Amino acid sequence: MMSHSVKTILKKELKSYFTTPLGYVFSIIFLFSIGYVTFESGRGSFFVLRQADLSSFFRYIPWLFLLLVPAVSMRLWAEERKSGTIELLLTLPVTVREAVLGKFLASWAFIGFNLLCTFPIVLTVAYLGQPDYLVILIGYLGSFLLGGAYLAIGCFFSALTKNQVISFICTVVFCYLLTMAGSPPILEFLSTFLHRYFLDLFESLSMIHHFETMGRGVMRVGDLWFFAVIILAWLYGCEAILDEKKAS
Amino acid sequence: MIRVTELSKSFGEIKAVDKISFEVKEGEVLGFLGPNGAGKSTTMKMITSFISPSGGDATVFGKSILSEPIEVRKKIGYMPENAPLYDDMTVDEFLHYTAQLRGLEKKGQVKAVEKVIEMCALKDVQFQTIETLSKGYKRRTSMAQALIHDPQVLILDEPTDGLDPNQKHDVRTLIKSLAKDKCVILSTHILEEVEAVCTRAIIISSGKKLFDGEASELKEKSSLGRIDDVFRAITTGQEVQGVSL
Repeated sequence: MMSHSVKTILKKELKSYFTTPLGYVFSIIFLFSIGYVTFESGRGSFFVLRQADLSSFFRYIPWLFLLLVPAVSMRLWAEERKSGTIELLLTLPVTVREAVLGKFLASWAFIGFNLLCTFPIVLTVAYLGQPDYLVILIGYLGSFLLGGAYLAIGCFFSALTKNQVISFICTVVFCYLLTMAGSPPILEFLSTFLHRYFLDLFESLSMIHHFETMGRGVMRVGDLWFFAVIILAWLYGCEAILDEKKAS
Repeated sequence: MIRVTELSKSFGEIKAVDKISFEVKEGEVLGFLGPNGAGKSTTMKMITSFISPSGGDATVFGKSILSEPIEVRKKIGYMPENAPLYDDMTVDEFLHYTAQLRGLEKKGQVKAVEKVIEMCALKDVQFQTIETLSKGYKRRTSMAQALIHDPQVLILDEPTDGLDPNQKHDVRTLIKSLAKDKCVILSTHILEEVEAVCTRAIIISSGKKLFDGEASELKEKSSLGRIDDVFRAITTGQEVQGVSL
């Protein structure tokens, strides 16, 4: 199904996460933070609730991803454009679509790998009680999809600018807006000038809403579609931008 | 063979390339001359189908850059200006990567990499990270990736820029030895280079083609035999050292 070029680019990109410091820094910070916040000693803490589930884990995933995933995506295209290697890549017999897919899938696989590395948390819960594994599995799937959505948005902004910092900031802001689309402060602000219909539409784009249902172990076809559409739409945007701007 | 017909590119108001037409046959080395910003690189980028033209077309062995860009790229080996490379890879990894993307199979890859490493004298740095290489080695690595699939067409954007005299000599010798059965286009603003390697020269300025002919013709125009004077007379439109055109 996957073309030869996509596979080759995927492999090269994935390898670069393990040969450059970026990959290690990301993994260490992500794994340390998620381990800490899952078992932190606040009011909603794992040990206070005395439930053998991962609700505290999934509660923090969107916020950690919000800060860390754009750091992975920011370099994807900005770096290629800045250093000029994009000219090398896109004069090889590779289409823009294949290159976008290869790079995206590699970064997504890297996020997936980091999620898998959180398995000791699952083991801890399993040791302490009898968790519902299906709920955990669906929660992980949701986290993976959420990571993918953030990455796709990041790909887009990375293609838009040669500057990695700008790409990072734009991605964080946009991901935040889409994550919090259903929250009262944002909705209230928008309701001052937006028609009711668009307001509902905007609210339905809230990523946290779609993610939270999955975090609770509810799998709805609508949520899967939501993430699929978000990822494909932003990747398509990324492709269009690159077609237009690769040379400038 | 490469056939370029009325190729144009505008960036907003600015016409970077204005209806340029020319042909390059097998065995020819075409020198693309012109002052900085004349549109040399833009023309090359269009032929490699990296950017799309605003008007006109170019065909590479019968394949059009407009309708079959991927087929065109398969036939071309391209060395971009300033030789951009993936700094965190080793020379060996990088060449294997391009060989794979060129669609060479496993066995062919190893052979092809060995061959270009030999041709471009990269043996000493084969397993070094590209980041740590000197400018000369970087250029040669970029040259090696352009040659990896033994292309019918070679497009080299300022291949000797920034090299020392020995390295320049080596690169020129390499180009000459390759030219027998390939179409080669190289851009440069070093005029001796045209005499040394090119069979033909095109001079462009402000996006327009001003001269197309053999390198020796260019020299004959000056009574002193100085190509520099002819180049300046053509590109500035003024009389230089008794040469006016």
